[in-house]
Amino acid sequence: MIYFDNSATTKVNSESLDTYVKVSESIWGNPSSLHDFGEKSFQLLQQSRKQIANLLNVRTNEIYFTSGGTEGDNWVIKGTALAKQQYGKHIITTSIEHPAVINTCKQLEKQGYDVTYLPVDKSGRISLSALKSAIRKDTILVSIMLVNNEIGSIQPIVEAAEVLKNFPSIHFHVDAVQGIGKGLNYILKNNRIDFLTFSGHKFHAPRGIGFIYKKFGRHIESLMDGGGQESNLRSGTENLPAIASMAKSLRLLMEDESSSVNNQISIKKIIYNHLDKFENVTIFSKLDEKEFAPHILCFAISGVRGETIVHAFEDNGIYISTTSACSSKKKETSGTLNAMEVPQSLSDSAVRVSLDENNTIEEARQFNQVFDVLYAKFSKING
Amino acid sequence: MKYSEIMVRYGELSTKGKNRKDFIQQLGNNVRHALKDFSSLHILAQHDRLHVKLNGEDSDKVIERLKGVFGIENFSPAIRIEKDIDKAKEFAVSMIQEQFKPGMTFKIKTRRQDKNFPLHTREINDALGGYVLNNVNGIKVKMKNPDIVLEADVRMNGIFLSSSTIEGAGGLPVGTGGKATMMLSGGIDSPVAAYLGMKRGVKIDMIHFYSPPYTSPQALAKTKELTAKIARFSGNVQFIEVPFTEIQEEIKAKVPEGYLMTIQRRMMLKIADVITRQRNCKGIFTGESLGQVASQTLESMMAINDVTNLPVLRPLVSMDKTEIIKIAEKIGTYDLSILPFEDCCTIFTPPAPKTKPDTSKARMFEGNIDVDDLVEKAVKNIKVTNIGPGDEFLNSQEDVFAELL
Repeated sequence: MIYFDNSATTKVNSESLDTYVKVSESIWGNPSSLHDFGEKSFQLLQQSRKQIANLLNVRTNEIYFTSGGTEGDNWVIKGTALAKQQYGKHIITTSIEHPAVINTCKQLEKQGYDVTYLPVDKSGRISLSALKSAIRKDTILVSIMLVNNEIGSIQPIVEAAEVLKNFPSIHFHVDAVQGIGKGLNYILKNNRIDFLTFSGHKFHAPRGIGFIYKKFGRHIESLMDGGGQESNLRSGTENLPAIASMAKSLRLLMEDESSSVNNQISIKKIIYNHLDKFENVTIFSKLDEKEFAPHILCFAISGVRGETIVHAFEDNGIYISTTSACSSKKKETSGTLNAMEVPQSLSDSAVRVSLDENNTIEEARQFNQVFDVLYAKFSKING
Repeated sequence: MKYSEIMVRYGELSTKGKNRKDFIQQLGNNVRHALKDFSSLHILAQHDRLHVKLNGEDSDKVIERLKGVFGIENFSPAIRIEKDIDKAKEFAVSMIQEQFKPGMTFKIKTRRQDKNFPLHTREINDALGGYVLNNVNGIKVKMKNPDIVLEADVRMNGIFLSSSTIEGAGGLPVGTGGKATMMLSGGIDSPVAAYLGMKRGVKIDMIHFYSPPYTSPQALAKTKELTAKIARFSGNVQFIEVPFTEIQEEIKAKVPEGYLMTIQRRMMLKIADVITRQRNCKGIFTGESLGQVASQTLESMMAINDVTNLPVLRPLVSMDKTEIIKIAEKIGTYDLSILPFEDCCTIFTPPAPKTKPDTSKARMFEGNIDVDDLVEKAVKNIKVTNIGPGDEFLNSQEDVFAELL
């Protein structure tokens, strides 16, 4: 099997799974317990936090564990809305965010908040002038994703950060779920970013675990109240096996980040250059490394529905997806391609190949061979 | 920039006449100790300066360590180049450019040990200064208080150039001021007091009172880790753990509530007195600050101090809490100090301790317990640990976790 659907989820790596099992078996005390058995869990919790903070070059007290990307996005956005409502109720985001951001904003709109959804250009990027003119006196939050999950476009985060330096009271949130381990640390470390969302299962940690970065001094309200865990901001007994396992996954991910990114770039190039030869293929992602992430390649075959393409590849043991796993089971068109003003007839034909460090050049060649066969078949039917 | 050596200038010790030689020797030892894990370094303590020859070691890390050594006024990383005035000119310009901002002034200060060097001191000043003026846009010369002083030191084995001066820790080399003990709790104040004692050259042994199960093992670990933090300023520190549970229970049972705290403190000081004399130390440091809490009023100090005639040294006596916190943050003990573990002082604290205890009453109530026997037992059962800079106690599981993470 060739697994090219890594933006949907990744396989837990065996080292991290090993940690998960060992912690579950032998360090299962509650980190809040006073006795030394609980204390040991507490130390592992803090050690995991410290390791993640060190890997991202931030302070230990800036890392908060969550259940994943959706919770992180919900928390930062609603937490800001609650904490800053007396200063304003205006939020700026983009029209191509993940549903965890978009639908959270939609919910806030029902509560009386005003949301501006920035449009994107043909290559799926927002414009800075649109951002500048959207900022108002009552703007409390700007939330922009780092890497779009459907086509892989990298948003101009550094430039947006420059703009926001003149508005120091606005919270700046970056959904980095698709952007970790992809050679984008030069963006992640920008010091105007106040919040970052991460999800463990996108980098080979188990499901149900994630974390946010919250800049020291920035305040958001809690959404989960209870026993006061995570500095009283996110209550609930800590999911220690998953947390330790995620800390290990992140270390492994970042240890050989540059070689794995190069590998993904090569794979993407081989597929891209092949697809580019076909008349009826439209590729929405680009090779430019400053504008597009190395692991996502979105394309369409005119006249063939996306799900048909997915199933055709599946019959050949290759797993890809329609534009995003979250929406692919609903009969909805792609939010991102829609926002890019791609006609619906074409966006209905879009599929996504998404890579990780375990994919190989050989798999790319096999993909291309299978593609040739399928393309010929589709042409016959359409012909 | 890749530096070849660090020039260290002595602090107050240069004014100390006869003791000077001992001071320099002690400082040399302390520097060697602080840098002992850099194996390629060569350290030379001379009468006017101390030279740390880097031999390829990471200068940033060495500089970080030197900042914590008392007795150093300041120091400058220097580059060694060939004895060639043209090379010196090029390096002078690039070193100044590294820190130059518009509007800054500079001067060149040359020392010439090698009397065979073709140019004289003045000529070297002129040559380097002129070249810098022509090649760094907008820079001006200023003789008094310039922003940048570029020192050129012409020695037998090369020209040494340095341009930045880094502030040292000041004070006197630890060990030149004799030895004392310190009553260390886990709080904010006592580590700061120990630091200030060390700063005046005193080698300090830590005394910590430990009352399991009323105090947690983490509280003990935290105090040890605090010790490891300040060991950075003095080299290894002896940590003396005094079992105090029995004494506290005894006092609680037999002494009126208002005097619980006073008698406890008297017992602690009495034990500290014995340990201090045994170890040939000459005084007891405490973190007391006048008026901060009930036990730190003048009346209280008098009633407690009654049990010893050793000097009880209180470096924080007139400092405000905010000033103390500032130092604690600077020396890296604050975050540790505020970890919420029960320590000796917070347990057995009566709701309303006497802020003005009476010495004779304190003596009388103390009669209710067998002081000598309790002190003797406590002293007999002390546990001594040798703690080095950077040792870890709170996260002692780190190695176990390494495999998991």
